[in-house]
Amino acid sequence: METKTGEPLIKIGLLEEALNLARANSLWPMTFGLACCAIEMMAAGAARFDLDRFGAGVFRPSPRQSDLMIVAGTISKKMAPAVVRLWEQMPAPKWVIAMGNCAISGGPFYYPTQYAIVPGADLIIPVDVYVPGCPPRPEGLIEGILHLEEKITKRGRLRKFRDVK
Amino acid sequence: MDNLVRILGTDLGRMLAGLIGVIALVSVNALFLIWMERKVAAHMQLRPGPMEVGWHGAIQTIADALKLMGKELITPAEVDRSVYLLAPIVVFLPVLLSFLVIPFSQTLVIRDMNVGVLLILAFAALTVLAILMAGWASNNKYAVFGSIRSVAQNVAYEIPLLITVMSPILMVGSYRLTDIVAAQEKFWFIVSQPLAFILYITCATAETNRAPFDLPEAESELVAGFHTEYSGMRFGLFFLAEYTNMFIVAALATIFFLGGWRGPVLPGWVWFLLKVYAIIFLIMWFRWTFPRVRFDQLITFAWKILIPLAFANLLLTALVMKLM
Repeated sequence: METKTGEPLIKIGLLEEALNLARANSLWPMTFGLACCAIEMMAAGAARFDLDRFGAGVFRPSPRQSDLMIVAGTISKKMAPAVVRLWEQMPAPKWVIAMGNCAISGGPFYYPTQYAIVPGADLIIPVDVYVPGCPPRPEGLIEGILHLEEKITKRGRLRKFRDVK
Repeated sequence: MDNLVRILGTDLGRMLAGLIGVIALVSVNALFLIWMERKVAAHMQLRPGPMEVGWHGAIQTIADALKLMGKELITPAEVDRSVYLLAPIVVFLPVLLSFLVIPFSQTLVIRDMNVGVLLILAFAALTVLAILMAGWASNNKYAVFGSIRSVAQNVAYEIPLLITVMSPILMVGSYRLTDIVAAQEKFWFIVSQPLAFILYITCATAETNRAPFDLPEAESELVAGFHTEYSGMRFGLFFLAEYTNMFIVAALATIFFLGGWRGPVLPGWVWFLLKVYAIIFLIMWFRWTFPRVRFDQLITFAWKILIPLAFANLLLTALVMKLM
């Protein structure tokens, strides 16, 4: 698994930077929601917040065509294998956002004797950006996606994002 | 310069220039159409659409294309390898070939064949084969369902499409596309054949697998339809073919019903493109206004309503032509 997302064998400098810029500006998320955070994710894609402004609004139904997995909700132990499988089906380069407290650490469903919840998406797949909240507001998710874009381009926040509310 | 003119004068040179022109047109057209689709969709849903990448998202599609080229190409383990790899090419080639006979203006046509209409419709039929190949070779139940639906739908809608197109051809008496445009000197055929125009647009929407007839890709039931298993630029080729197909059906509608390159003041090819994009806007308008139909409704609509109407229109046209 590491071989696919690790350091590239050959570095191609400028082209890689251009590709990263393109990747950051066209993050197609997967149509995939686990619980109530997905409602906020849908709100982020709808008219009031409109993720499509940043080129991240093309929710692809197939994992083969998506770049970004937004784990929006509680991962139950029964659901965990499906989540891992979806992540494995995505083509590299791919990124994961853990949205909401449940996806970060199990949230309110995690207590010592519980037996049903995976406490955190990062226990089963590598997470790039954590968006806290229960659930986070759509602005929070947009902020998370902008952070991910910074992470991909390895630059500071681009000018266009500065006045995005 | 002289040499260049001489080379372009030969048949081979003409074909080569045409090929380069067509490839440029296809890519620019797809880039523009995808941006236009997202903008049209956004404004119909009261949101701005792509805004941050370039002026009003103008280079959004370029970012998307670059990203798709940089993605990993996954070939799943259990696929029928050769057919799986061939399908994106087979879906794209006939679309490219159809440009051979489309007249952009009186002189701007690569090859003015006397069977132009038949050529385009024959190539359009090949798309079905590619979709079937993609769905079957993917070895994925959703892909197979998507391609089965797509084939049933395309075969059903090709019949009324062909019959509808026959009525203007009957009025002109020629399969040559330039002849058909030339015959619309006094009035556009949309005036004398309004029913045929409506039937054609309906069938063309179904032929290009777009909403409200986008059952092959119905994402709530079928994931992504026949291209579920395709990633990266392989999926990009399906996308490119879909949008180029839209251009071709709109170009045919322009040639048959809207007088092709005819129009005052502006040069012919500008008028042609203006009309084509107006038709494409209409098709996009459908997509974001109508809900998806059910599968039985779709097939019933084709066989029980469209085909009888198309036949009635053809008979009426033949009768009028005979009496006149």
